[in-house]
Amino acid sequence: MTSRLLSTIILTIVMLFLIGPFLIIVAASLSAGDTLAFPPQGLSFKWVLKVFEIESFRASFVMSMMLAILGTLAALVIGIPVSYALARYKVPFGETVRTIVSAPIIVPGIIVGLALLRYLVIPLGFNIGLALFMAHTALVLPYAVRVVSASMVNLRSDIEEAAVLLGCSRLGAFLRVVLPSIRGGILAAFILGFVTSFNQVPVSLFLSGPGVRTLPIDMLAYLETTYDPSVAALSALLAFMSIGIVFLAERFLGFSRYV
Amino acid sequence: MSDTSFLSLEQLTLAYDDNIAVRNLDLGIKRGELVALLGPSGCGKTTTMRSIAGLLTPKSGVIRLDGADITRVPANKRAVGLVFQSYALFPHLSVFENVAFGLRLKKVAKHELEKRVENGLKSVGLSKFAARKPAELSGGQQQRVALARSMVMEPKVLLLDEPLSNLDARLRLEMRTELQRVQKESGITMIFVTHDQVEALALADRIVVMRDGLIEQIGTPEDIYNKPASAFVADFVGFENVFALEAGQLKTPHGLINLSGSAPAGIAGLAWRPNTVKLDQGPYQGTVLGTSFAGRTREYLLDTPLGPIKAEVDAGFPGHELGTSLNFNLPVEDAAPLARFA
Repeated sequence: MTSRLLSTIILTIVMLFLIGPFLIIVAASLSAGDTLAFPPQGLSFKWVLKVFEIESFRASFVMSMMLAILGTLAALVIGIPVSYALARYKVPFGETVRTIVSAPIIVPGIIVGLALLRYLVIPLGFNIGLALFMAHTALVLPYAVRVVSASMVNLRSDIEEAAVLLGCSRLGAFLRVVLPSIRGGILAAFILGFVTSFNQVPVSLFLSGPGVRTLPIDMLAYLETTYDPSVAALSALLAFMSIGIVFLAERFLGFSRYV
Repeated sequence: MSDTSFLSLEQLTLAYDDNIAVRNLDLGIKRGELVALLGPSGCGKTTTMRSIAGLLTPKSGVIRLDGADITRVPANKRAVGLVFQSYALFPHLSVFENVAFGLRLKKVAKHELEKRVENGLKSVGLSKFAARKPAELSGGQQQRVALARSMVMEPKVLLLDEPLSNLDARLRLEMRTELQRVQKESGITMIFVTHDQVEALALADRIVVMRDGLIEQIGTPEDIYNKPASAFVADFVGFENVFALEAGQLKTPHGLINLSGSAPAGIAGLAWRPNTVKLDQGPYQGTVLGTSFAGRTREYLLDTPLGPIKAEVDAGFPGHELGTSLNFNLPVEDAAPLARFA
């Protein structure tokens, strides 16, 4: 009985730590006051509405969306064949490939960002947008490989052979049989990658230049000059967006099976 | 074109990397024949089947099908069907779409495609299941879908990998009948791989017994069952008492022992099924080590100077207790003569 009580207490504390900050942000964003504060002063939707009026937020939102979508797609285009090869064939140095592919998870994002800035953007004059795109692709790649690999493990190679014997080419069998069979995993990887990329700060920090900013960086910059609750409102909106995506994914895909 | 060369394998050598799995195999198969490749795991039977399907390129040798050399023809252009042991149905497609898969690739016109798929499903009794997903079917039903999926392509040869091994005993009998019926109705040439002699004997027109990448014996089920060519085949088809001959005597772990009659000339060994061993008579003596009742018969394991002997007698005879000492005979006239012993 006491252990049950104890576990309930611990569970409550953990949930509080996880959800607490989110609730504080939501509360702060509904404040009627002029500065970011908790508890909120009064209740109003004005800051939520103001978010949509700030020009730079709109631009950086589009930037973040583009990066998250294109970066994740690129990571999948690279990651799916990599997962396939690792699952199907005895790849020479397969373990090394696996380690290298997951390197961006291990290496702190701030170092990745700095490295890209120092060795690509400055000396080679890389376009900032392109560098950001590459950084986000690399960042999402480990998730893509991991999640897609997990769904490929259960895929037997004989269904490809069956497809070939029914007239498919090897590539045809991959496109017609392998990809559709792992589409749940691919979608799960996309969502995970999208959310990771969208919320990414450290890598993007070094790679933001005039006119090119991701939304989280823009929020940081905004906060340095303007200490009003609109940032909290934006954070809450973004959190709701993420929750919505994951909820839908869980509902229709059983997202948690893949992650 | 001679009768047995509808499908012919000539001096076929197959290998995975550097591990030779099948060596200089020669085999001819008639049009419309149902052939079993029989052998223990690792004997090369599955490898041989995969090479016929085009999933494995031979190291050397030639495969001919219906007059054409198909050795280098890719698997997707061979007109050879394969029913996989695990069925290998496409999990994301309905039963109908699984069966239609190959026809769609061939760009068969919609009307004809529907007709052929429906006929295919009808022939395996699954018309009602067309809209289901494979996961919603039982193992036996999945296998029938896999069979229909291959059959609608009208392949020249249909290969089946251990077609009955994943089914329970009752379904196995049902599927066996089903396979025979489909084969007779369509007249298609079928080759199936199995490690189960009962399956091979019951289904096949002809059996190819393989061992360590070589053919041990080719023959009708009667031949294989009654006249095994080697000790290996004899052992595989249930001759439990197998002896080499040396100077007209039985070679046993305890030295040479006289036969109870005279052996035919020029053979390497003799083999007795348990039911041809005679108890309570004859020149040999043994002690009952074990006994078990098997319904119509009773089985004995005897400890004898010839080594362990398995005997099976009519259960109507009075039984022998464990430890009883008794006489027995291995009648030479009831033995299967073995041409080779190794």
